Amino acid sequence: MIPGSFEYIAPSSVDEALALLKENGESAKLLAGGHSLIPTMKLRLAEPEVIVDLNRIGALKGISESSGTLIIGALTTHYELETSDLAHRKIPLLAQTAAAIGDVQVRNKGTIGGSLAHADPAADWPAAILALDAEIKAVGQGGERSIKASDFFEDLYTTAIDPEEIITEIHVPIPGANTKGTYLKLPQIASGFALAGVAVILTQVENICQNLAVGVTGVSSVPYRAAGVESDLRGKAFSSDNIAAAAEKAVDGIDDVLEDIHASEAYRKNLAKVYTRRAIESAAS
Amino acid sequence: MSKKVINTKINGTNYTAEVEPRMLLIHFIRDVAGLTGSHIGCETSICGACTAIVDGMAVKTCAMLAIQADGAEINTIEGLAENGDLHPIQEGFWECHGLQCGFCTPGMIMAASQLLERNPNPTESEIRHGLEGNLCRCTGYQHIVNAVQYAAQKMQS
Ligand SMILES: Cc1cc2nc3c(=O)[nH]c(=O)nc-3n(C[C@H](O)[C@H](O)[C@H](O)COP(=O)(O)OP(=O)(O)OC[C@H]3O[C@@H](n4cnc5c(N)ncnc54)[C@H](O)[C@@H]3O)c2cc1C
Ligand code: FES
Ligand code: FES
Repeated sequence: MIPGSFEYIAPSSVDEALALLKENGESAKLLAGGHSLIPTMKLRLAEPEVIVDLNRIGALKGISESSGTLIIGALTTHYELETSDLAHRKIPLLAQTAAAIGDVQVRNKGTIGGSLAHADPAADWPAAILALDAEIKAVGQGGERSIKASDFFEDLYTTAIDPEEIITEIHVPIPGANTKGTYLKLPQIASGFALAGVAVILTQVENICQNLAVGVTGVSSVPYRAAGVESDLRGKAFSSDNIAAAAEKAVDGIDDVLEDIHASEAYRKNLAKVYTRRAIESAAS
Repeated sequence: MSKKVINTKINGTNYTAEVEPRMLLIHFIRDVAGLTGSHIGCETSICGACTAIVDGMAVKTCAMLAIQADGAEINTIEGLAENGDLHPIQEGFWECHGLQCGFCTPGMIMAASQLLERNPNPTESEIRHGLEGNLCRCTGYQHIVNAVQYAAQKMQS
């Protein structure tokens, strides 16, 4: 299995990469970790004529902190996030989500920007990015813009990013005091992708739920925030009964639940509820 | 499409060749460098038989382009033994019967070398977790876990 022929260019700056995208239009593809793109090209499901490899652009790598926000370069690998001291200290949910992805080799190469751009409906990052109210920064021919996580995912493998844009950074607000998070998933046993994955961020004061954000992936063609669960539990005590009742709302309003050989629609709906309940219980404990 | 000249260092030896951009790194390692220890199992980035260490990172080399490895240092199974003495991980696989057909073994050993570098004294569960990217159709994994435990002990003593 070998990809179709293409020209390969590895620019050293974002501006150069943008110029290449402009010059080559839809026939060009960006290459990050390659762990979604190269398998797709080997299957000839994608046959770009020009590959623009982002890996030599240092400015797209690394994690830093600036005024209450973690700034993650799009080319930061899952492994770097899994082992980042800054992520562990400021937003452990990021490190926990990274550690849940695929296997060691996949985490060594795959990047957060590539995963978000690819928008696999069973990818892990979307759940955490939604729960954390992150913003995705992208540059295009018309300059830079910022896209809220909640506006980012549009459909299966489809995001708000244009083909001529490059994701540069993910901005994740550092949660305030008394706030904890967790990510739980049931992996499809062969690929590791989520049959259902739930990221929870909650603020707990004397066992009362002051705030709750629940991001769900793997269940619908578009990852989503379980708004029904969030509003149900806000203001209530984190008792097992309250949590269980709220988790029942994990697929409320979701009408495009996925179904495939790995899991039926009914099973996925049930998983969403069970993993929502477990994730809230675990974060609130 | 235009070919490009790339330079890599595999197990300390320089390899320079003109490659098509679409050549996968595993094909460079096996067909250009002639190092056939790294295997091709699935060619779909699932099985890990093609695992090598690229600039310190265990990578499934069927999911990476050779041209991306321009300037990289690569370690494959052929580079582990020194002066004919098996590396402790290889010795572990030998002593603990960590292989049957041996097809998965080179990738398994390279992934284990990454595991032990990052965590010299792993628990059984950490070993299983660390080798998740490598499939074995023969052993049932228990002897592989034993082999890595053997190596961990030997490398610490
Ligand atoms: C065996 C295996 C198991 C996996 N298991 C999981 C799993 O359990 N959970 C999970 O979430 N993922 C999993 N993945 C996917 C993995 O995380 C991928 O690495 C990730 O989805 C894509 O990131 P990448 O950096 O490899 O992107 P690439 O494959 O390089 O690119 C993917 C797409 O994004 C575009 N792109 C990349 N970077 C940018 C950018 N900065 N701006 C705009 N567009 C960009 C590319 O053009 C391409 O269309 C698995 C992959 C494999 C091979
Ligand atoms: S041959 Fe590369 S992962 Fe199977
Ligand atoms: S020993 Fe045969 S596949 Fe592992």
